[in-house]
Amino acid sequence: MGTPVGEGLAKRLLVFHLPLFFFIVFTLFPFYWMFVTSIKSTHETYNRNVNPYIPVACTTAIAEQVKGFQFSGSALMENCFYHWRYLLRDTLFVQWLKNTLFIAIVSTIVSLFAGITAAYALARLKFRGVDTFGVLIFITYLVPPTLLFIPLSDLIGDMPLLHWSLLNNPWGLIVAYPTFLVPFCTWLLTGYFRTIPKELEEAAMIDGATRIQAMVRIVLPLALPGVVSAGIFAFTLSANEFLYALIFISDAANKTVPVGIVSELIKGDVFYWGELMAGALLGSIPVAVIYSFFVEHYVAGITGAVKG
Amino acid sequence: MGSLEPRCPVARGKIGRMEEKVQRDAGEEVAHASLPPSVEESAASCLATIRTAAWSRQRAIGLLERPDVLGYLLMLPAAFIIFSFIAYPFGWGVWMSLTNKEVGMSWSRVSFIGLWNYVHLWTTDGVFWNAVRNSFLYTGIATAVKWVLGIWLAVLLNRMVRFQRIIRAAILLPWIIPTVLSTIAFLWIFDPDFSVINWTLRRFYTWMGWGYVKGPLWLGDPTLALMSVTFVNIWRGIPFYAIAFLAGLQTIEPDLYEAAAIDGASGWQRFWHVTLPGIKPITVVVIVFSIIVTFSDFQIVYVLTRGGPANSTHLFATYAYQIAMVGTRLGLGAAVSLFMFPVLALVIVYQLVYLRKEHR
Repeated sequence: MGTPVGEGLAKRLLVFHLPLFFFIVFTLFPFYWMFVTSIKSTHETYNRNVNPYIPVACTTAIAEQVKGFQFSGSALMENCFYHWRYLLRDTLFVQWLKNTLFIAIVSTIVSLFAGITAAYALARLKFRGVDTFGVLIFITYLVPPTLLFIPLSDLIGDMPLLHWSLLNNPWGLIVAYPTFLVPFCTWLLTGYFRTIPKELEEAAMIDGATRIQAMVRIVLPLALPGVVSAGIFAFTLSANEFLYALIFISDAANKTVPVGIVSELIKGDVFYWGELMAGALLGSIPVAVIYSFFVEHYVAGITGAVKG
Repeated sequence: MGSLEPRCPVARGKIGRMEEKVQRDAGEEVAHASLPPSVEESAASCLATIRTAAWSRQRAIGLLERPDVLGYLLMLPAAFIIFSFIAYPFGWGVWMSLTNKEVGMSWSRVSFIGLWNYVHLWTTDGVFWNAVRNSFLYTGIATAVKWVLGIWLAVLLNRMVRFQRIIRAAILLPWIIPTVLSTIAFLWIFDPDFSVINWTLRRFYTWMGWGYVKGPLWLGDPTLALMSVTFVNIWRGIPFYAIAFLAGLQTIEPDLYEAAAIDGASGWQRFWHVTLPGIKPITVVVIVFSIIVTFSDFQIVYVLTRGGPANSTHLFATYAYQIAMVGTRLGLGAAVSLFMFPVLALVIVYQLVYLRKEHR
């Protein structure tokens, strides 16, 4: 678009740069605040007379090292990264990270499989009820977990027919997460499959390939970018999930990152603010990095706008 | 010939090769006429079975070429998951809401109590009505503010020439990181004694010479707490609106703006008559999506206030959690969350009708 011609610098500052600046500050301030809190000592955090915007002890330590031309890792550790060390060494954070990865990866694989097959059927095959299936998938995509969590927790606690309890077990979450991941993947991938020209498959089938061969060898490789982005979003959605993880898992060692941080680093009235903020940042960074690469696909998927 | 067992594994794949082998074996068997008749018989029946299997394999491949058969087959995994873990639990939830089920109560002791849970909530539960009011206020205010600010931000981003990618990625952060984690940061930001808002307020008051101010208890007063919760929702939601609207803006033909400019339309007129209609389809999708997510929200209230102070900031979801998971009354809790259903259904149906109209 560019800047409309004939607009004065003052006006441009007022209607463009200034509002944009405020939006950016508004958006990013909490992250700055998390970081600053995570590198302050507890004593400093609870001192009402120091300027809370600046981590004094840490910056002084760094300034001294820069001035004296000497590096001291232990001084940095004690003054800046005390809470980070505590989080990684003395809490179950690393275990939570492993649990989250395991649950997210398995439920993503399951959901991608079901999503790919269903999306292919919806996008390509004509059979009785295909439109109904499409509408059903769309409706289930919009059903929020908070509508289902009570009966689902009852069912996970005593699986119908099997009489197993999957409560306090990562598999309970792996069973629950496809409820929102499958509709999501199916919806995203149906749109993606539709953008691949039918003629390619038809040509392969004329040459003697069966339909399944055409699907696996022709359509899937072409749809790989869509499959990868659906997988990445499914992964992050399950890594971010909170409600089911909060209800189904009770042992501290089995928790996922979001639930572990919220429930184990706040003990009654005691808030481990430094560790909480360090954990919140550490838990967010991987997701943020992944998303920033795939954001276009995500937006296109959400809004239903056809890409490519 | 030894045991017949390994010669006849019909059920285990590679039928074609097995068939060849058995045919060979059967030929041998014919040569050795002295074999006991039982062995010959079973070899023949085995051959027949395998021939049938090979034939049905051909038939199965043929069936898979039919779009209706393959279609149902491919829908099966998704349909199974949707039926067992969405449709069935939904029905189960409706049933639970008609009983007095509690945590740890065996189903043999649970009794059917009809609509008592719903009637109880509707007629006697003040906290429930407060949650209803909060849910509508929260959704209404948050959606309206996110919509206005989202369009504004989208227009600003659309005007950007340099650094667009990096700014867009930065703006998106609130939306993409786990909600509870950013809400934890706000829990600390809203701290009345040691945190940044009230520190800044106090400094500002002294600097202006207005004397000492303690600063409000952001999460300790019912109205302020609801506003704080809404604020966090807005903070988290704006990026999604802005990025979606930005995608919408980029589909508008630049010619339309030029034509409007030639006709002498002012900036505002262009916005009203070109921009807004241009992004209408995306607006409907985004708002419907956002209403559903906001109306059924749980995490922000759970982390910031747990429904407090004095149960004044509950939404449907947090109140249902409070009753069912903290208070163990599963049946009543299921009824609370099912009260969301009419509103959600209405919004979803509207969305479906709208999409169908667009398609035509």
